[in-house]
Parts: sequence; structure tokens; C-alpha cells
Amino acid sequence: MSNTSHHLWHFHGGLKLPGHKAMSTGSPVARATLPAQLVVPVQQHIGEPGKLLVEVGERVLKGQMLSQADEYVSAAIHAPTSGTISAIEERPIPHPSGLSALCVVIETDGEDQWIELAPLQHPRAKSPTELRQLIRQAGIVGLGGATFPTAVKVNPGPRAKIDTLVINGAECEPYISCDDMQMREQADQLISGCQLIQYMVSARHCQIAIEDNKPEAIAAVEAQIKAEGLSTIEVVAIPTLYPTGGEKQLIKVLTNREVPSDGLPSDIGILVQNVATAVAVHRAIYLGEPLISRIVTVTGEGVAQPQNLQVLIGTPMAELIAQCGGYHKDAARLIMGGPMMGFSLRTDELPVTKGCNCLLVENSAEQLPTTMPCIRCSACAEACPAQLLPQQMYWHASSKNFDLVQDYHLFDCIECGCCSYVCPSQIPLVQYFRFAKTEIWNQERDRQKSDHARIRHDFRQQRLEREKKEREEKLRKKKEMLEKKKQQEAEQGDSAPADPKKAAIEAAMKRVQQKKAAQQTDSNDEQ
Amino acid sequence: MSLVIAVVTVAVIAALFGLLLGFASVKFHVEGDPVVDKIDALLPQTQCGQCTYPGCRPYAEAIAAGEANINQCPPGGEATMLALAELLGMEPMPLDDEHADMPEKTVVFIDENTCIGCTLCIQACPVDAILGAAKQMHTIIEDECTGCDLCIPPCPVDCIHIKPVKVEPDTWRWPLPEQRDTAPRA
Repeated sequence: MSNTSHHLWHFHGGLKLPGHKAMSTGSPVARATLPAQLVVPVQQHIGEPGKLLVEVGERVLKGQMLSQADEYVSAAIHAPTSGTISAIEERPIPHPSGLSALCVVIETDGEDQWIELAPLQHPRAKSPTELRQLIRQAGIVGLGGATFPTAVKVNPGPRAKIDTLVINGAECEPYISCDDMQMREQADQLISGCQLIQYMVSARHCQIAIEDNKPEAIAAVEAQIKAEGLSTIEVVAIPTLYPTGGEKQLIKVLTNREVPSDGLPSDIGILVQNVATAVAVHRAIYLGEPLISRIVTVTGEGVAQPQNLQVLIGTPMAELIAQCGGYHKDAARLIMGGPMMGFSLRTDELPVTKGCNCLLVENSAEQLPTTMPCIRCSACAEACPAQLLPQQMYWHASSKNFDLVQDYHLFDCIECGCCSYVCPSQIPLVQYFRFAKTEIWNQERDRQKSDHARIRHDFRQQRLEREKKEREEKLRKKKEMLEKKKQQEAEQGDSAPADPKKAAIEAAMKRVQQKKAAQQTDSNDEQ
Repeated sequence: MSLVIAVVTVAVIAALFGLLLGFASVKFHVEGDPVVDKIDALLPQTQCGQCTYPGCRPYAEAIAAGEANINQCPPGGEATMLALAELLGMEPMPLDDEHADMPEKTVVFIDENTCIGCTLCIQACPVDAILGAAKQMHTIIEDECTGCDLCIPPCPVDCIHIKPVKVEPDTWRWPLPEQRDTAPRA
């Protein structure tokens, strides 16, 4: 249980960054005030959006499911409080594009009335599959920021054997302190969540990795483990170095093992979960509560009272800033996430989502430094924790040579921003890599679409060909029939008209002629 | 005598190779032209005819035969031209004015109040993306529409309009960072 005996390793590169964490850890986590309106985006996770279960005008209770996960990689969303649904429409969401997406808008009624919950007293009586189903129902996603559905992640499949569960409490990015506060205040729930996940993936060991700049969190979690007398869970204090919190980097530090380039940690018997995700798992199983709130760090030099808040999903960011004393007069830029990997928001009229761990207000406006040409100093390659060659990737990305960028393993880039940070020419390298990634995805989508169009076009050509042939065949058959008939008529001769209709017509004609002849003789007589 | 031996030997060898080649041409016969398939795979399959050929495959055949340039495909734009240049080992060429790059992707939609149900657009659509029957209202299946605009000229009441494809958060692309005086010099 001691954290000193552990042998640790280093990943390549990385940066020592000023932490700025103490500014938001001074006071305990406060509950954010209940806003008048919550805007809950339907898609807050990686994967397919869920299927909506509610309608405008409906009254919903706290914890009621708003959309359910129909696809495998998907997550449900729930009403964060009780109220009435006033709209289901496109609203701006926190996304680098500033675009809108489908949201459920709830007018809160202030009663905060829970739906009936189904807590489990003895989860070990259930099978791991049943527990995974409960996690799926609770809409839990990775709360470290990646928002990958947890029910999928804790199902490594029959072939992968998970040996070690790693709980990621590194929180390596400056300013952010929500995981730190969660570990300090909810160590009991964290340990309970760890045991549940351990049971679900049958991992023998569990390591809780915490950066050594959070001694309070380390002490709190260690005390909890000691109090419960657990032998399979241990706390590992790891050196503070950005980006130790990256999944692959953390595994390297703890085990000296490397996750293959196109592989997953489960390929080497490891599962990594964020601290807040483990707590959410505990609450979903033991209390039956779905994921409807999270801790958000509101911090930065541009906000009056930086602190951590327990926030309902869908709360407008502006209200959180107001609760933290509002903006400083020099506040210039609002960032979701940290200073290294976060992105700027154009407005604070946006809802908090499951992946929103931090709101950072900076005093300086986004700097647009005069970028200088690359001098091939290779500082970026030395800093890169994924052992890539950022300068080569930059070269090819800026000339849109996307095949070559991929040859330099673009998709192993974790967009940590170390390369941009150290670049003496101040080239926004990560932006180039993000540009290249989305372009490549777009080309892939286009390719699939054109393949699909080709199949449809070919099918249409075939169909037209077939229809033409069928028409010709029909025509030919009709002609044959006619010819046959003519022949038959010719054979029977005109002795007896075959057609009774024809005979009737001929008879009628004869009668008319006779009548005419009779009339003529009559008139002749008169004269 | 040695002259005869030499002539006979060479003749026998020639006959053997002839047989071998004949056998190979039958055994390893390739149906169709694989280059055309490869070119066709790179084209966007809008079947729009803006390259002056009646569809993507005819254009691919024309490129393979050396009759057409690689810069005549507006929906494919620069990316397709570069891919073709790479495949064929040719120098990239700028898109000519006539076939200038299309700025954004579009699809069409039918103004259903005006549609008279004449089925002319259905017959024009190369990918069967229009649904309807005679004297019934028609509608576009947006996911299948390639934006070729071939349905617009036949429409007798001008009820088909072009609209840009909506960008969603998951199809949004990061812009290339602004380059001020910093074009990388190789």
C-alpha cells in the first residue's frame, strides 16, 4: 500500500508546466445553483446519438431517461432535474466549430423530484453483464474528457484478459482540479467504484495513479484503502509531468509496457478509467443514480473566485461564471478544458456537457503570434510523448499530402500540444494535425459515399438494360401471337367467319343494304 | 551441317516461346481494363457529366485512352486531380476555368407544393435518388443524392432547387491555420 516501493518508468518527451491548481482547490466543492432552464444535448459522447423518448410539453422527473442508447457504441441521457420540456430543438453546443445540435430544453420546477430509483445492495450477486447493462442504462461515459461510453470500455471481449485496472487520477493539465477534489472528498465512492469495475473485468490488481502534486488526494485515498483493509488496490504517486494523464503515457509510466500503435490498452491486459468515471459507476450501481451531474473546475485569472462546482448537465456556463463571482475586468477568453488541449468558446451561453471538466478564463486574448518558418530545430520531436516527428507531419499536412502524414503516424498524435508549446517559431502544430485528421476523415466519408453511388448507378444501368430487354421480349411475343392468328385465319379460309362478332356485323350490314334497296324500290314506285 | 543445327535449334526455341506466350495470354487473360477500374475508383461518382463525358466511367475510359485530361472533374476538385496524377504518374495540372473547383457540396430538394408528378426528374437521376410515381408528388432521398443537378433541366415547373449540405459537428473540419509568410520551404 505504500507508494514509495514502486518502480516507475518514463515516457518520451513531456513538459514540466506551471500547475496553477491551488487557485481552485481552496474551498470544498460547492453545489451549483439550480438554473431556470437546462439545455441537455442529445449527443454528448463518442458514437451514435440515442433515440429520444420524450416529447415537448411532457413533465419529466429527475433521473428520467430522455434518450436511450439503441446502438452498441452510444449512451443514454437523463433529465438532470424535474421540470417541463419546453423545446426539443437545435441549440449551440460547446464544440470547436460553434455549431448547433439537437438539445432537450427543460424548464426546471425547483422541486428536484427524483424518479423512483433501483439501488443495488449486493452487486456481486449480479453477473458482470448485468452490471454493464446498468452502467449502460445510467448513461455513463468517460469523464476525463474523451466521453467514450463506459459500458463498452468495461467489456473488453472474451479474448482480451484484463490483468490490471488503472484509475487515472493524474490530472496532468494545468489549472484543472476537479479529479483532485473528487478524490479528496469522495474517496469512499471512488474505492467502491474501483472494486465494481475490477469485478466487471475480473482484474486482479487496481492501481490508482495520482500525480505527486496532489498530496491531499493521495492521503485521502490511501486512508480509505487502509480503513477498508484492501490488498488488491494501491495508490501510486507518479511524477508530475505533462501529459502523464494520457492513457498510453500513464501505462508506460506504471508498467513500462507500450500500447501498440493501432491497438487498445486491453491488448496488453490493462484497462484505464478516470477517477470521476469510477465514482459515477459507484453511484449508478449502489444508488441507482444515472449520470446527471459532474464536477467542473471554474478557474483562471479572468474569474473572480475560482472553485470547483458540482454541476447538473445542461447548466448554462454563464451561470457558473456568475456563481464564481463573474468575470475579471480583463477577462478575454473562455476555454473549455485546459490551456493545452482545450478549445476557445465564442460565447458562455452554452450548456455544460458530460465531457466538460473545466472552464478556464484567461486574461490575455488568444495570441496570434507572428509565426516564423520552421527552422528544423527538432524541439517538437524531443517533446512529443508519442515519439512522433511533428515537423515532418507539419510539412506534409500544410501541403495537404495526407498519405504521407499518415505514414508519419498522424493518428497516434494525442493532440497534447507539447510540440506547439516548445516551438521557437510559434507554429500552431496541433492545429495542422487537427486539420489533417478531419480532412482525412472527410475524404474517407467521400470515398464511401462515392462507392455507394457507384453501386447504385451500376444497379440502375443494369435495371434499365433489363427493362429494355423485357420490353423487347414482350413485343416479340405479341408479334408472334398476331402472326400465328393470321396464319390460322388464312388456313380456315373465308368459308365461315371464325369470329361470331364479325358474323354479326356482316349480318347487320346485309340487313341495312336490304332495307336501303327496299326503300329505293318504294320511292321508285311513288314516283 | 552446323548451319542447319543452328537454324533448327533457334526455330525450336522460337516455337517453344511462342507456345508459352500463347498459353500465358489465354491463361492470364484480364477481363476489361484494370486501369479504367482504378481511375473510376478515384472519381466521385456523381455521374454529373460536367467533364463532358456521360458519366464517371466513360470519363475514366477517356483518361485511360489518353483522350481526356485529369483536370476536368469539378465535384472531385483538386483532391481528385492530385490522386489521378499520383495514380497515372502525371504532373498535376490546375483545374481549368471551365471545370473550376466547386466551393461546397450541394444536394437538391423538390418544392413539393409546385411538383406536378411528371416523373421526368426520376428518369434523369443517375443514382435512383428520387422517389415518386406519375401524378404523385416526388421527393429526394437526401442521403443518396450526389448533387449532380442532372434532374434540374428536365423539370417543366422548375420546382427543384440546390441547397448546400448541412455541416454537423461530426462532419465539421478544422480549418488550415492561416499562413502568414510561413509557407514551408522544402
